[in-house]
Amino acid sequence: MPTTSLSLTETPLLAGILRRADDALILGHRLSEWCGHAPMLEEDIALANIALDCVGQARSFYAYAAEVAGGGLTEDDFAYRREAGQYRNCLLVEQPNGDFAGTIVRQVLFSAFNDPYYRALTGSRDATLAAIAAKAEKETAYHLRHSGEWLIRLGDGTDESHARARTALDELWPYTGELFEVDAAEAALIEAGTLPDPRSLRAGFDATLDHILSEATLTRPAGGWMQSGGRAGRHSEHLGFILADLQYLQRAHPGATW
Amino acid sequence: MTPADADLARRAHAAAATVCDPEIPVLTIADLGVLRDVTVADGRVEVAITPTYSGCPAMDVIGIEVQTALAQAGIPDARVRLVLSPAWTTDWMTDAGKAKLTAYGIAPPAGKASRRALFGEEQVACPHCGSAATEKVSEFGSTACKALWRCRACREPFDYFKCI
Repeated sequence: MPTTSLSLTETPLLAGILRRADDALILGHRLSEWCGHAPMLEEDIALANIALDCVGQARSFYAYAAEVAGGGLTEDDFAYRREAGQYRNCLLVEQPNGDFAGTIVRQVLFSAFNDPYYRALTGSRDATLAAIAAKAEKETAYHLRHSGEWLIRLGDGTDESHARARTALDELWPYTGELFEVDAAEAALIEAGTLPDPRSLRAGFDATLDHILSEATLTRPAGGWMQSGGRAGRHSEHLGFILADLQYLQRAHPGATW
Repeated sequence: MTPADADLARRAHAAAATVCDPEIPVLTIADLGVLRDVTVADGRVEVAITPTYSGCPAMDVIGIEVQTALAQAGIPDARVRLVLSPAWTTDWMTDAGKAKLTAYGIAPPAGKASRRALFGEEQVACPHCGSAATEKVSEFGSTACKALWRCRACREPFDYFKCI
């Protein structure tokens, strides 16, 4: 594998695949940072398992991206040889883990979107995307339930856990708007029946959240100003640090295997 | 398919079916339903396998072991193909496989796979003493496909193969 960064011509389809792939990889990487540090053994195992699902989903999408891009690229080229500006993940998944409440709130917000998104993607006219989604949607349903139950426990727990969950919700809420954005590239894919329209999932997302939050004695923040840019490669400073960690070995020792 | 190819496919399937899951060594990939298909084209064998979970780390090892088992059966250079569709479900696990799991101390998936089965109040019998007085300790276990349970009768912890 060469050392140089990847030079890509992004067709709408490739961009659409990479957005899903990058969401899964970056969230999986973030969750893996908990390994050995979670508040209890069972949760350490749970977060590592969710991370494993995410990285597995990312591999399926990257393998398809490699097939679409051609030129002998592999899934690893996409993970290890792109600069931060070439990553297409939403800003939510690259946000730091924070405390345990922060990680759980991030997971609930992402899963409440991603679970119905994957379920809708099973109906894609693109057979490969439909197959990846059909494999992944049972996993995301499990992630949503697990993180949802934790948020209820934290919100409806002690004053301390409630306050931390509320703070995390307020801090991460401005990253949810981006999940429902549709640009020209995505609109073409939606029109062609390749990807679902995220805007059609908004009501379900709100209902899922309201159900969890009411049991957690928390309230959904008002709309407000929303962060944006990840889908176009404009990321928060956190992504650079993630990639420095994630890509270090392949950048320093290109093509290394063991 | 020519009779020679059909015979080759049959021998290849028999060899591939002996490969065990590296994480649950009492089960073969045929017991699990991970072994999907064996075909022959232009004299070359292709074995299709499917992952239980997207991130199942055993797939690479299973692929290598399938090729090794076939080579030992006199079928070199077989190709292994990963298929995602239709998505694997615990319904594909054979009854023999479920019995082997119980004997090994892992509770097999209970009932037919569905979103309700994944989220419902599962009735899981203890694989050690058979008691139905069991409770879930953790939704996630030692591998992606299992959850951690405990028996209130014999007090033993055990893995439960999640129904998906």
